[in-house]
Amino acid sequence: MTAADDGNMTDQIRQIIRDHARLAGDVDALPADADLYSAGMTSHASVNVMLALEDHFDVEFPDRMLTRSVFESIASIEAALIELRSEAAVS
Amino acid sequence: MSISVDRDQAFLDAIRLIADDVSAPNSDSVDREARFPIESIEALRGERALSAALPTELGGGGVSFGAIAAGCFELGRRCGSSAMVFAMHQIKVITLMRHLDDAPWFSEYLARVAEEQRLVASVTTEIGTGGDMGRSIAAVTPTDDGMRTFEKQAPVVSYGAHADDHFVTLRRAPDSEASDQVIVLALKDQLELEPKGTWDPLGMRGTCSPGFVVRATVAPEQVLPAPFSTVMAESMVPVTHILWSHLWLGIATDAFDRARAFVRASAKRTPGETPPAAIRLSHLMSELSPLRSEVRSALEDFVKASEDPSREWLSTMQAAVRFNNLKVAAADQAPRVCQSAMGVCGIVGFKNDTPYSVGRHLRDTMSASLMIANERIHQTNASLLLIAKDV
Repeated sequence: MTAADDGNMTDQIRQIIRDHARLAGDVDALPADADLYSAGMTSHASVNVMLALEDHFDVEFPDRMLTRSVFESIASIEAALIELRSEAAVS
Repeated sequence: MSISVDRDQAFLDAIRLIADDVSAPNSDSVDREARFPIESIEALRGERALSAALPTELGGGGVSFGAIAAGCFELGRRCGSSAMVFAMHQIKVITLMRHLDDAPWFSEYLARVAEEQRLVASVTTEIGTGGDMGRSIAAVTPTDDGMRTFEKQAPVVSYGAHADDHFVTLRRAPDSEASDQVIVLALKDQLELEPKGTWDPLGMRGTCSPGFVVRATVAPEQVLPAPFSTVMAESMVPVTHILWSHLWLGIATDAFDRARAFVRASAKRTPGETPPAAIRLSHLMSELSPLRSEVRSALEDFVKASEDPSREWLSTMQAAVRFNNLKVAAADQAPRVCQSAMGVCGIVGFKNDTPYSVGRHLRDTMSASLMIANERIHQTNASLLLIAKDV
């Protein structure tokens, strides 16, 4: 268990988006399924989001997950993190 | 032999003939006068080469991507500007062709490209974006009568004045973020091109690429429905880098061939002795060889990834790094090869009017690291390498 296990995962992702995605608009107002790239996240900013997520949740995204579709919304990021954790739990 | 192999062979035979008989004899005047290589393009139209990549159902030649790349290489050996115009046209056609889902207007348009051998140019770079194709300022703006209009300030539009139609990147709507982009295909009779500035560059002089203010009003269905990021990752970026690098390899290969011809001529004058330039030619070969390997392996990777119907790998960071690396490596290496060829040939290579002249080759390939600036691509790769694992 890490500190990242405490609290709501969606909120933690939202905080990372707020800190690293450099969106012009209000992150709190963004629906979980809103397209982050359409909301102004550049490819460069998305890399910073990925690094921050890896650091915060103590995971490593494998190459197959490093695609635009995995990081396009808060919901898709959450799904990827849940998948990674269940894999880690099995192994 | 299968039908597709026959088609590829026939296409390449025709391209080689055009390269030798039309592009080569005009290459000096195209370069000297910075004029559009109209003879090459008309000859390519005559062979229906502008639609060679399109499927036969759309009236195209059904030629493989590998053969199109080889065509860029062959033209590059004879006239860099002709090859660049051909390559840039193919990049647009192939990109559209790979993203026709729910886009009936575009299917009909490509059939027109085949029927009328229309030449397609692109308006991707924009003043104010610092050369970043992933951002746009100009936006698709709805008009009162249901049409879409835009005005884009383009610092360069390759063969802009000579193209029939323009492939334009724009923001999706006036209130969209800079990275929320779409592709619009504007037809010649819908376009207004206001020239800005002149065209007197160091190399690739026949591409005739001054700046323009580009304005057009188009129908809503002329906005490509496929998501921009998918189009870029699966097609536009890899196809661009592969076709460009093939023509740069073509130019570098001709510089090598000229250097070899020079060494052979001097060896014949002094039988029994290896001329000093022969050693330099061997060094030159060792510079050309890795360029050739990189260009060929990138083509193989792309063709293999495209055989998968999901084209999944092309959207990975690994693929982005791979094709970015092709671009920077080829753009760095091609002018090096040409400069070394000049070192082999000496003064007769430096002069513009000998059979061993490689000045145009050097100048043309020097454009490579500027077309989508290498430093920008290194910047992108630098950030991708922070996160990608297996590269």
